Amino acid sequence: MALSRLNCFSSRSANLLKTLSSAISLRRPISTDTTPIIVETSVPFTSHQCEAPSRSVETNPKELLTFFRDMALMRRMEIAADSLYKAKLIRGFCHLYDGQEAVAVGMEAAITKKDCIITAYRDHCTFVARGGTLLEVFAELMGRQAGCSRGKGGSMHFYKKDSNFYGGHGIVGAQVPLGCGLAFAQKYSKDENVSFALYGDGAANQGQLFEALNISALWDLPAILVCENNHYGMGTAEWRAAKSPAYYKRGDYVPGLKVDGMDALAVKQACKFAKEHALKNGPIILEMDTYRYHGHSMSDPGSTYRTRDEISGVRQERDPIERIRKLILSHDLATEKDLKDIEKEVRKEVDDAIAQAKESPMPEPSELFTNVYVKGLGVESFGADRKEVRATLP
Amino acid sequence: MAAIFQGAGAAAALSSSPSNSIDSKKFLFSPRRPYSGMKGASFVVVRSDGRASLDLNPKGRRAQQLIANAVATKAGSSAASSSSKPGHELLLFEALQEGLEEEMERDPCVCVMGEDVGHYGGSYKVTKGLATKFGDLRVLDTPIAENSFTGMGIGAAMTGLRPVVEGMNMGFLLLAFNQISNNCGMLHYTSGGQFTIPIVIRGPGGVGRQLGAEHSQRLESYFQSIPGIQMVACSTPYNAKGLMKAAIRSENPVILFEHVLLYNLKERIPDEEYICNLEEAEMVRPGEHVTILTYSRMRYHVMQAAKTLVNKGYDPEVIDIRSLKPFDLYTIGNSVKKTHRVLIVEECMRTGGIGASLTAAITENFHDYLDAPVMCLSSQDVPTPYAGTLEEWTVVQPAQIVTAVEQLCQ
Repeated sequence: MALSRLNCFSSRSANLLKTLSSAISLRRPISTDTTPIIVETSVPFTSHQCEAPSRSVETNPKELLTFFRDMALMRRMEIAADSLYKAKLIRGFCHLYDGQEAVAVGMEAAITKKDCIITAYRDHCTFVARGGTLLEVFAELMGRQAGCSRGKGGSMHFYKKDSNFYGGHGIVGAQVPLGCGLAFAQKYSKDENVSFALYGDGAANQGQLFEALNISALWDLPAILVCENNHYGMGTAEWRAAKSPAYYKRGDYVPGLKVDGMDALAVKQACKFAKEHALKNGPIILEMDTYRYHGHSMSDPGSTYRTRDEISGVRQERDPIERIRKLILSHDLATEKDLKDIEKEVRKEVDDAIAQAKESPMPEPSELFTNVYVKGLGVESFGADRKEVRATLP
Repeated sequence: MAAIFQGAGAAAALSSSPSNSIDSKKFLFSPRRPYSGMKGASFVVVRSDGRASLDLNPKGRRAQQLIANAVATKAGSSAASSSSKPGHELLLFEALQEGLEEEMERDPCVCVMGEDVGHYGGSYKVTKGLATKFGDLRVLDTPIAENSFTGMGIGAAMTGLRPVVEGMNMGFLLLAFNQISNNCGMLHYTSGGQFTIPIVIRGPGGVGRQLGAEHSQRLESYFQSIPGIQMVACSTPYNAKGLMKAAIRSENPVILFEHVLLYNLKERIPDEEYICNLEEAEMVRPGEHVTILTYSRMRYHVMQAAKTLVNKGYDPEVIDIRSLKPFDLYTIGNSVKKTHRVLIVEECMRTGGIGASLTAAITENFHDYLDAPVMCLSSQDVPTPYAGTLEEWTVVQPAQIVTAVEQLCQ
């Protein structure tokens, strides 16, 4: 009974919501069932200088189905971006996140939109998790006006100010001091929120990271540094780049936690724990043990520095979407068919968004000069209050 | 150094406009101000072509040392007598401190970050006393980690705070070049306008007294092509305070270049609150024969040379360009159209310096008005040596300026 109720509710709600403007938010209520379910994480947490949180995570059917849907959407989006890149509609750099979806989704489940997230260039899924629409993603990737940065940023520069997503940065490691600056601003305005600064195992060797960590620990900032360790920094394996690949211990005096980044529930638990910790005790490092199926970017086949067996092995044993699927099926929250339907829906959503994005026009030529300065400079000289025009160039 | 005469040149008339206390929304005046003064007075600014025009902006720049033929054209407040009201005398670093303090009082979002700015009071005393007044959360002593604390300042600015980041010496900011170029300059653009970065990055640079090569760098030439930032250079206590305040209030990232040797200049500045326009050049001495463009410390070498030149019968027009990015081509252009000869005197190196860009800009825009090629006197393309005599030869000296003007005016 419950299942069929779930079934027809989900399809009814799906139809209803489809008539609303598409893809405004990922968070469509799939099921309203919020009875708690306790799930054990795949592996226990390893901690450094702190008490690890418990392995039992509380969740509910609604959350699990939302996880499934969101991750399926992200996976589909990244694969679609792959085809678009090969069709030369996306140019330049395109760094895909498939395989790592659990980190974005789990983190989002533990925090609010008032907490800040900043990440590096592998930002498509984090942007979507923060509330970005598929249209904005694809339009920005293709350099169109409807993109989140009006086509002027590209794959590595997704931002969403109203949900405190600070991007989107191309230079490895430079976002970590920015993230600590966000935490500083939060402490300055005393608003009890935290900042998550995400970086990769490659960036973990950057000096500015340790500088920022030192300052954050000194000033007790609510900064959470999250190392998304996918074990390869571009083409270099972690054991060839880092003398100590225990990134969660690298903080020395800063506590750390190592988390299975392919398990969305473990990520959620860790982020919740980290938020509580950061608000009381200052910075903490989370290391998410995760994996990316694609190469570093679209110009990297991803198989010259690792074997295909390794990739397919991880895909079989640790894939985040499969894990949630098994969880849902074993708890009887939905049938195989339901999940397949969700995937079909998601596929259609992505295709629709791509079609819509293709119709969006390229930016106007005058856009070249907008947003360089807050007010147009170089042609006008403003009065001291910046509003009155005192002179114009001859 | 002697007190600086900030000549306005031609006679100016002062007038006031009635009840001109319409401050733009941004500048909500707090009723308590550190110094008493006229509220709502408007001032006349003498433009480079010598005409006086009415400045309707209540916080417009006030010409110093005016010839006191104050002709009140409008009945109104007693603002007409403001020119004879004495200001107060202070040194340049105190002027910077005053500006900073006033802005911090006015806006709680302004904070200062840098090495030794807090408890120590600042290595050049610009932030002296601010830590005791505003607390440790607003005046932050950072560890020696320029890359990260500049990055943190930019991150904080993204959320709406207005940090003032101090580089103990501008040369140290080379370590933060990535943050300044990519994040500070470009974030407004790459985010499609979503984020503004109202940060001020300031610090002393330039050639000092035998400080050695690494501590005598002129970073304006390295930063000048970063899109999205504004650069200004202060040279007198008056414009130091004005530019500091304007920079803090600006929504764009501003880099304020001070000079190590100018911190102890003394001048009398007004008691009233005032701001200098970030994009405007300053007419130091109007003239007829040649336009000399300069900024920061070289202004004083030029003025010294100007004394000699006047004795020799030349009439140089000296403009302190102040705004290094963007150039105030309006003021410069008007001057070129008048004199037809340009000499640029700068402390940057010959290659790729501010003078090089300025020469290009002038030649592009005002070629038809030039009677002679633009001459540019810059520092030598060498690391600044330690030995005093050698160091003197790396920078432009007044004698060289005199020779150059004579050559130009043949």
